Amino acid sequence: MTTRTLPPPVVAPERSAADALIVAPGSTTRGRTRGYPLRREGPSKLTGAAKYTDDLVFPGAWYGATIRSTEPRARLVAIELDPEVDWSTVVVVTAADIPGENLVSAIKEDQPVLVPVGGEIRHHAEPVALLAAADRETIRRLRSRIRLVTEPLPPVFDPERSDHVFAQYEIASGDLDAGFAGADVVIEGEYRVGHQEQLYIENQAMIAVPGEDGGIAVHGSLQCPYYVHRALRKALGMSASQARVVQAETGGGFGGKEEYPSVLAIHAALLARKCGRPVRMIYERHEDLTATTKRHPAVIRHRTGVKADGTLVAEDVEIVMDGGAYCTLTPVVLSRGALHSGGPYRCPNVRIRARATRTNTPPNGAMRGFGAPQVEFAVETQLNRIAERLGISPAAIRRRNAYEPGDTTPTGGVLRESVAAQEVLRRAVEAAEFERVRAVTAQAAAERGGSGEVPAGRLRSGPARTASGIGLALGWHGAGFTGSGEVHIGSVASVELTDDARIRVLIASTEMGQGTSTIFPMMVAGELGLLPDAIEMAPVDTAEVLDSGPTVASRTAMVVGGLCIEAARRLRAEVEARHDGRPFAEVYREDAAGHGRTRIDQRFEPYPGIDFDDATYRGDAYPAFGWAACVATVDVDLDTGEVAVRDVVAADDVGRVIHPILCEGQVEGGTLQAIGYATLEEIKTENGRYLNDRLATYIIPTALDAPTMTTILVEAPFSSAPHGAKGVGELPMDVGAPAVVAAIHDATGVWVTELPATPERILAALEAAAGVADVA
Amino acid sequence: MSAVRFLVNGAPAEVEAPGMRRLLDVLREDLGLTGTKEGCGEGECGACSVLLDGQVVNSCLVPICQVDGRIVRTAEGLALAARERGALDTLQEAFLEFGAAQCGICTPGMLMAARAYLDAGGGPDHEAIREGIAGNLCRCTGYQKIVEAIAAVAAGDMA
Repeated sequence: MTTRTLPPPVVAPERSAADALIVAPGSTTRGRTRGYPLRREGPSKLTGAAKYTDDLVFPGAWYGATIRSTEPRARLVAIELDPEVDWSTVVVVTAADIPGENLVSAIKEDQPVLVPVGGEIRHHAEPVALLAAADRETIRRLRSRIRLVTEPLPPVFDPERSDHVFAQYEIASGDLDAGFAGADVVIEGEYRVGHQEQLYIENQAMIAVPGEDGGIAVHGSLQCPYYVHRALRKALGMSASQARVVQAETGGGFGGKEEYPSVLAIHAALLARKCGRPVRMIYERHEDLTATTKRHPAVIRHRTGVKADGTLVAEDVEIVMDGGAYCTLTPVVLSRGALHSGGPYRCPNVRIRARATRTNTPPNGAMRGFGAPQVEFAVETQLNRIAERLGISPAAIRRRNAYEPGDTTPTGGVLRESVAAQEVLRRAVEAAEFERVRAVTAQAAAERGGSGEVPAGRLRSGPARTASGIGLALGWHGAGFTGSGEVHIGSVASVELTDDARIRVLIASTEMGQGTSTIFPMMVAGELGLLPDAIEMAPVDTAEVLDSGPTVASRTAMVVGGLCIEAARRLRAEVEARHDGRPFAEVYREDAAGHGRTRIDQRFEPYPGIDFDDATYRGDAYPAFGWAACVATVDVDLDTGEVAVRDVVAADDVGRVIHPILCEGQVEGGTLQAIGYATLEEIKTENGRYLNDRLATYIIPTALDAPTMTTILVEAPFSSAPHGAKGVGELPMDVGAPAVVAAIHDATGVWVTELPATPERILAALEAAAGVADVA
Repeated sequence: MSAVRFLVNGAPAEVEAPGMRRLLDVLREDLGLTGTKEGCGEGECGACSVLLDGQVVNSCLVPICQVDGRIVRTAEGLALAARERGALDTLQEAFLEFGAAQCGICTPGMLMAARAYLDAGGGPDHEAIREGIAGNLCRCTGYQKIVEAIAAVAAGDMA
């Protein structure tokens, strides 16, 4: 195995002259950029010039609004417009105005664009009607004058009691009974995780503009232009050319702008069609939090058999995910959850049963990690509890069980290459001095326990109010789409040499902060022997670019990047062949002038030797995996239960680092989202409604809540991608929460098995451990 | 409606607006300065941060009647000294080089909070910087590179 580790801070890594990603000298500005290009759209973002959706001006545009249900489940009997109001100056749209199918295009197509009269309302924020007016004041005045007549129906909120199953899977290998029979110790655990909001800082936003051909163009904040395109065509009955989707600058997505923008685009388009002018649908934060998708809550149960030395011999896992009111992407989220639920560990006898059901809360959907953070919190906490029971170090039990090249996953896939579980574990443990710090915290805990004093809080036994702890987690993340998803989608990416000698990359993969617009020019320039500045990125506009697939699943650098590299290689070969093999960089201007435009469309070809059967769930569930280890240190206030995450060391194997600064940025940002998931972020519900649906009450980490982070980038390349990249976006999200919870245990001696580990939950666990019955 | 006069990024502005109209809306809609962003509309996220007489404020919470006769500075005005198109000031350059801006939607507000911190004499101490930008939420970066960029400016490393 070839594994290259980039130590922090990374000095420009050594790369061979033949290296596809070589960055030519002179393309850089200062030492701080470490020889890599600056973020391409950075200057426009830094000066305020970048145009996000709400910054776009369309003269004569009206404002749109959504009239929603206020009940979790009901029959819609009638929609009544207040007869006292003059409705002639505004536009109201109901299901009866939908020219195409009343469906938001997705996996199961169960979600209506608007609930029709006679139809069933399935969650409290469900869209029922739309309203557009020339000004916001009219919208505010009139939206409460549209009355919904309903008959309540009994709602379901507990996913384990729902009888509507969106998806279920069972994965098995070996002989589970024999495995447990041979175990020295069997440990059971139940883990619970709640909703998490993506909380992009730019709210959902879409502007629809009617065209002369009966078509509609939408300009919006989105991750997946062709998802929106398909949804518009279906609901508005438009042809491919009548529907046009243009991505505006996008202020964060994290999965939240994967499927939801389709809803918003259809709504805006329906209003624009009816009033014959542009319509702006810009959500305020309250509406965004109330109505849009969240990470799936889940209950995960583990029964694990181990030998006394810590070797895993049997794993029985049950997963129940709460899909919310409509299917959205739930089957795929659940699938990834099931496939990752055993963690990055060898185990001969495994059974994984997973199901996702329908409840009467707003639909849950994509969020960074996509089912993996839930299950990896569970399995990592389970493994840490096993290590504690056996008296083995958390690092040692992972070294004993972590996948090595040649090992087989529960679906029967063989990990042939690019397996860096041990490497990321070793790097993180060493950099964080895990064993040394753990000895110090253990000593402190022993001294606290031995003092016998209770000077202040009833839950501490010594004078020290704060206890420190260190925790470790290891994770894996399947690279790109699950199973044969990539083959089904058949993405196309294009590179062209224009007749005026510009070189353009044409992809539907979006920039939303992660760095698409910066790394694609690097990858293509490397192949063509040019500097990245010479490569243009075409606007993400379905009238211009083909479908390179959705910007999800950490697949952009790996899959679409690979396609662009192949396209650039073909372009180079074609042009050089016309000029007696002279280098592309020397001849491309001449070629463009003489020969005109050359455009290469590169379609995805299956990775050789990777095979998965979607029906039986056997084979290689992913072409490769990324690997991540996280060590967190925390201080826990023993009087209040508050947790401060002080330091994090993250070691992430991404296959190939294309731009270290951007790559570290992904790891740092994903790690903090994981810390938020671990400690702060929680949605409280009442009768299916989110109670904390404002930024004042849904809390995400500030700079003061964020730890100092050390990022170690590891490269174990995937040989079937031309550049070896495996993706980075989601990987850090999988390991942060279990590392923090392990550190809380190290500090306090109690396990928190439900996320987030709020002060209330920590105090409750401390009380239970201390046998204190009467603490308020 | 009343006329409100103030200086924005060094230029005089006069708007006719209801007194309770938000400074954020006046900047974005009346003056076309869309560099200032709205993230929550209730003073929690800091995306709409601007400088009012040098103090960082949430422009979604400031009624325009309070701005009469005062000096407003937004992200568009940071690089006024370097007049040529696309030029950045030292702080913006540090953000660019350190990778402190990702999706960019919090960036204008974050820059204004950082500007206020530096103008008040803030130094390169990371904890102090974190305190200085604690009112500005970023969901992309984990804050690490933002803190490093501001520290580099405070330490004079960007010269």
